[in-house]
Amino acid sequence: MATTLADDLRPLHHPKTWIGKYVWSQDHKVIAVQYGVTAVGIGLVALVLSVLMRLQLGFPGSVPWIQPENYLQLVSMHGMIMVVYLLTALLLGGFGNYLIPLMVGARDMVFPYVNMLSYWVYLLSVIVLVAGFFVPGGATGAGWTLYPPQAITEGTPGYSWGIVSMLVSLAIFIIAFTMGGLNYVTTVLQARCKGMTLMRMPLSVWGIFTASIMGLLAFPALFVAAIMMLLDHLAGTSFFMPTLFSFGQTTDTVGGNPILFQHLFWFFGHPEVYIVALPAFGIVSDLISVHARRNIFGYRMMVWAIVIIGGLSFLVWAHHMYVSGMNPYFGFFFAISTLVIAIPTAIKVYNWLLTLWRGDIHLRVPMLFAIAFIFTFIHGGLTGLFLGNVSVDVPLSDTYFVVGHFHMVMGVSPVLVIFGAIYHWYPKMTGRMWNKTLGQMHFWFTFLGTYAIYMPMHYIGILGVPRRYFALGETAFIPDSVAIANAGITIAAIVVFLAQGLFFINMIWSLFRGPKADPNPWGAASLEWQTPDTPPVHGNWGPKLPTVYRWAYDYSVPRPERDFIPQNEPPA
Amino acid sequence: MSQAVARSGQDDDIAAGLREVVDDWSADQEVFRHTHWGKAMMWIFLLSDTFIFSCFLTAYMTMRTSATLPWPNAAEVFALTIGGQSIPLILIAIMTFVLISSSGTMAMAVNFGYRRDRKKTAALMVATALFGAMFVGMQAFEWTKLIEEGVRPWGNPMGAPQFGASFFMITGFHGFHVTCGVIMLLIIARKVFRGDYDRSGDYSAVEIGGLYWHFVDLVWVFIFAFFYLW
Repeated sequence: MATTLADDLRPLHHPKTWIGKYVWSQDHKVIAVQYGVTAVGIGLVALVLSVLMRLQLGFPGSVPWIQPENYLQLVSMHGMIMVVYLLTALLLGGFGNYLIPLMVGARDMVFPYVNMLSYWVYLLSVIVLVAGFFVPGGATGAGWTLYPPQAITEGTPGYSWGIVSMLVSLAIFIIAFTMGGLNYVTTVLQARCKGMTLMRMPLSVWGIFTASIMGLLAFPALFVAAIMMLLDHLAGTSFFMPTLFSFGQTTDTVGGNPILFQHLFWFFGHPEVYIVALPAFGIVSDLISVHARRNIFGYRMMVWAIVIIGGLSFLVWAHHMYVSGMNPYFGFFFAISTLVIAIPTAIKVYNWLLTLWRGDIHLRVPMLFAIAFIFTFIHGGLTGLFLGNVSVDVPLSDTYFVVGHFHMVMGVSPVLVIFGAIYHWYPKMTGRMWNKTLGQMHFWFTFLGTYAIYMPMHYIGILGVPRRYFALGETAFIPDSVAIANAGITIAAIVVFLAQGLFFINMIWSLFRGPKADPNPWGAASLEWQTPDTPPVHGNWGPKLPTVYRWAYDYSVPRPERDFIPQNEPPA
Repeated sequence: MSQAVARSGQDDDIAAGLREVVDDWSADQEVFRHTHWGKAMMWIFLLSDTFIFSCFLTAYMTMRTSATLPWPNAAEVFALTIGGQSIPLILIAIMTFVLISSSGTMAMAVNFGYRRDRKKTAALMVATALFGAMFVGMQAFEWTKLIEEGVRPWGNPMGAPQFGASFFMITGFHGFHVTCGVIMLLIIARKVFRGDYDRSGDYSAVEIGGLYWHFVDLVWVFIFAFFYLW
């Protein structure tokens, strides 16, 4: 039966040509890099968009071509790209692809061909998305949440073509993700090597695995919402469209339900937060454990916390809708379920801290990013407690407080983990080591810059400054200090933006000129560092699959030669 | 006291039982023992697809309850006039019967697949595909009838525009699934008939195709209930 994990290489298709190896590749590691490069590429576009927004906010009028409608387009595209096309694609398509087979001891994903298709369909979705910038009327300016009726009503930027490109691109992305996600989940469930029980898997795999399951269950809601809005727009249906009085005329639509879209969107949107966060949780757990030379504190609790957060996140979506006009009694339920999530999340944070406690901490660059993640995540999480409560949320809704909160908790936190993870696994992926000084500089600019950008946003948010505004104008309740804060934020944002150059220079330069890396430079116990080749070749494990005898966290053992026990070392 | 002991003993049993379940599931290599990778993947895909259809149907229910115009009466809209007499739901009854029957032939095909009976498996799969094609054909007939009566995505003479819109969207999405299934079944049947699976010794494709087909049937039962019986 084809189910066995037989040690033979037969099922793998070894390509002969360069194109077969690196373009139409079915090797999970190459697909991971393709996913990663594409995601970072489109992420850079979104980063540029954010700098343009900051220029307008900090120094109004400094970029003359940014008009109010352009500003809305920048906001919308920045948000959607960052959340879906960068973070989801990079954490699941990139790290999921690279790490799952290596960490669970498989030769590849269970269906390499489907995996390859997943990447190419993802690339298509990115192309369709980018096409939105160039269609008549430009990209959609409906905000990243794309709420109807405004998203497809005359007067909104990109209401005619931009929104079509966005919705079609999302539908294509969901198809791509489904193909990838099925692979990730099935590989974890069915293709682990001998001895690799679920409760011996590194937490990275647990996080990516749970997030993939969540993606498979949450993206359908967005898919349905996208199809229905496309029909509303192109076929004239009234799913989300009530009768509107617009430009002196009544629309043909009748009796639609705009709140329905919000429910569908957030039934996807809230799990999406954790689809991005859980892989980051998992990866950061491994980074902290390796670089603090301590076993992760409360491994079982960490696993259950991931699973429970994943489950609960499907029950909280309407906390994004307190001001939407839904039945106020819902707020009661959703506020409680929202605050309950704080418990497993707090377990995780405490366990990270207790892993660090009395550890042999090596402040290498990946570890710096991991610790920075704990800071930003706690800060973002605490403001989440404010916003989860209905009565506190109502006045803070749609202010910069919200912007500061979610950028802290689901923007910067996963990004810091992504940086940490890239620095951490780079030696394994490329066989070369990056430059330490450049890495540290990149870290400090990014980390301190994060606070310089988002801390003042909380302050101007509490003052009541609304988000998504092109300019604040003359308003009595907005003091002059807001303008100063905005200018400061913009300067910090530009510095952080430029500092990312250090990262790219470091990565590209090291790829060609970096010193040769040790196969296991950090002394990590998990399986991906024990491959016979660095970087691992197609098939990963040479003639024989590894056998696992222990969990991935045996660090600081009192032995003369090395202080850790690899997962595949037989018991003495 | 003995009661308390007995109860705590029971609790321990439950706890121990749960722990065993976890241990079983998390044992090494495979969660679902001796399950074909493709089969596991199809199950997970179907779970995801269930969420798509659930979202469609939940959205349908929401729209139906919040529509401002009256909802058309299903018994009248979906009636056929045969021999001068209007018979409610007759077409859909036949369609549903055909689709459920196709699940029967599919189950038989899977059974013969297990027994490595090449010809019977292929024949039953073709029969299933024909039933499926018949279903899609009747659906096309029903759509044509509704369109002739003036039902459009943007409105209809009977009442709420959401009626026609959601009907076309959801039955269309389901019909698309059936059509994909028919194509898939024919491809697999051809491979069965050619003996591809006898050579590889692996008939799993038949069963995996069957899983998908039964799922599409099951979804239809819900769509049938929500559109025609509500």
